[in-house]
Amino acid sequence: MSTLFVNEEAYPLPEDPRTTLLDFLHQHLSMFGAKKGCDHGQCGACTVLVDGERINACLVFTFQLEGKSVTTIEGIAKNDELHPLQKAFVERDAFQCGYCTSGQICSSVALLGERAAKNPSAVTCGPDYSSKEDIRERMSGNLCRCGAYPNIVDAIQDVIALEPQ
Amino acid sequence: MNPFSVQHIKHTQDITGLSTEDRAKYIAGGTNLIDLMKLQVETPSQLINLSQWEDEQSITEHDDHYRVGAMVTNTALANYAYHKPSLSLLSQALLSGATVQLRNRATTGGNLLQRTRCYYFYDTTNACNKRQPGSGCAALTSMNRIHAILGTSDDCIATHPSDMAVAMIALDAKVLLTAKSGEERGVPVREFYCEPGSTPHIENILENEEVITAVIIPKQRHGSQYYRKVRDRSSYAFALVSVAAGLVVKGNRIEKVTLGFGGVGTKPWFPASAIKMLIGAEFSDEVLDLAIDAELADAKVYGSNNFKPDLLRNTFKSVLNSLYEHQCENDDYEGALYEN
Repeated sequence: MSTLFVNEEAYPLPEDPRTTLLDFLHQHLSMFGAKKGCDHGQCGACTVLVDGERINACLVFTFQLEGKSVTTIEGIAKNDELHPLQKAFVERDAFQCGYCTSGQICSSVALLGERAAKNPSAVTCGPDYSSKEDIRERMSGNLCRCGAYPNIVDAIQDVIALEPQ
Repeated sequence: MNPFSVQHIKHTQDITGLSTEDRAKYIAGGTNLIDLMKLQVETPSQLINLSQWEDEQSITEHDDHYRVGAMVTNTALANYAYHKPSLSLLSQALLSGATVQLRNRATTGGNLLQRTRCYYFYDTTNACNKRQPGSGCAALTSMNRIHAILGTSDDCIATHPSDMAVAMIALDAKVLLTAKSGEERGVPVREFYCEPGSTPHIENILENEEVITAVIIPKQRHGSQYYRKVRDRSSYAFALVSVAAGLVVKGNRIEKVTLGFGGVGTKPWFPASAIKMLIGAEFSDEVLDLAIDAELADAKVYGSNNFKPDLLRNTFKSVLNSLYEHQCENDDYEGALYEN
């Protein structure tokens, strides 16, 4: 049977090939952490990780992800311990209405991995990947209508500062 | 979304055994196609899933070229190109497009085939010859700020949105195509796209059921390089104007110039006239003006996009001047310039 993994649990692929990953999470698994904002890849509220890479869950059919491992916001915390980014978002008050927050956190978790792998961005030149400008560029796929951007960038910088340099 | 069936391929030779329907479409990353399917702009009856296509997911380096498999993601290609000085222009172009989330799904083949972002193409209540041949072009007389000034026709003024394709044109890349019969051919990216003319729904030279298998990028020196993208916000927006450029100078003489324009053409624009004026010329502000004059000779504006010829001129001159200054101080340099 064709399966995909969500937060380390195996699930059969849905029968209807029109099912996007986002609709699968909502309608088949009752996981509502990833949000449907625009449903066109423009807002980033549905951001999840697939094999560690961030993608828009609204712009992929489940049949394209056969055998892949999806991590949603529900799978970011481990053993009831919040991820450092989740803590930083709380401490920095990096949200207001909270609708975009699960996407922002999934996106920033992936950002830490991309930074560790030294992936370039459009503003990267040299070894410093932690400037506000660079973080803003890397997070530009996640919109926040409340305008919590400064605090989101601060939260990410806090977690980067905790990492071994 | 309309119902459709799905077929899967794992190897290139599987293409020859496919039993496809009339309205079949290949789906690679799907970031553009799924969006268009939700809007009923695309209504395929069958999708051929390329996600498991194992043969074309890698980049290989050869003596005189790089071979980029069609399923290599924009992220993977940008990361690879960043570390290759003669490809750093391509890396800049890729990283200036979309977002990390989209680049992680978008593929090399799919990026070349993405559709225009013309508002009227997306809005099925408006006339669009590209979406529905013969229905008219709402863009000609409406808001057309993002639309083309080069290669336009009375039937279509939509721009091609890809940044990557602009760099591929500048770098003289070639697309490899495989037909369902198994026949293969290679086509320069500069000759891959069609101007709209009276058939704007035909966007490229792909024939029925051909698939892009790879892109070949020749190893060449491009000197100091820069992809400058001018847009309404500094990230995650399509180009109003973009200039992909590389420059090699010896003394004051232009030995080599690499160029591609985005945001201004109905296809990723290869400025052959400008290049002709520049090659071998003494570098000066005057020669830059002559070159861009030659390229803009046939430009046509449509109201809201009247600013584009000047924006292209100024961007082109600014980029070339920066590259020239850099080359004068670093004449053996190979790689991109960065703003910070």
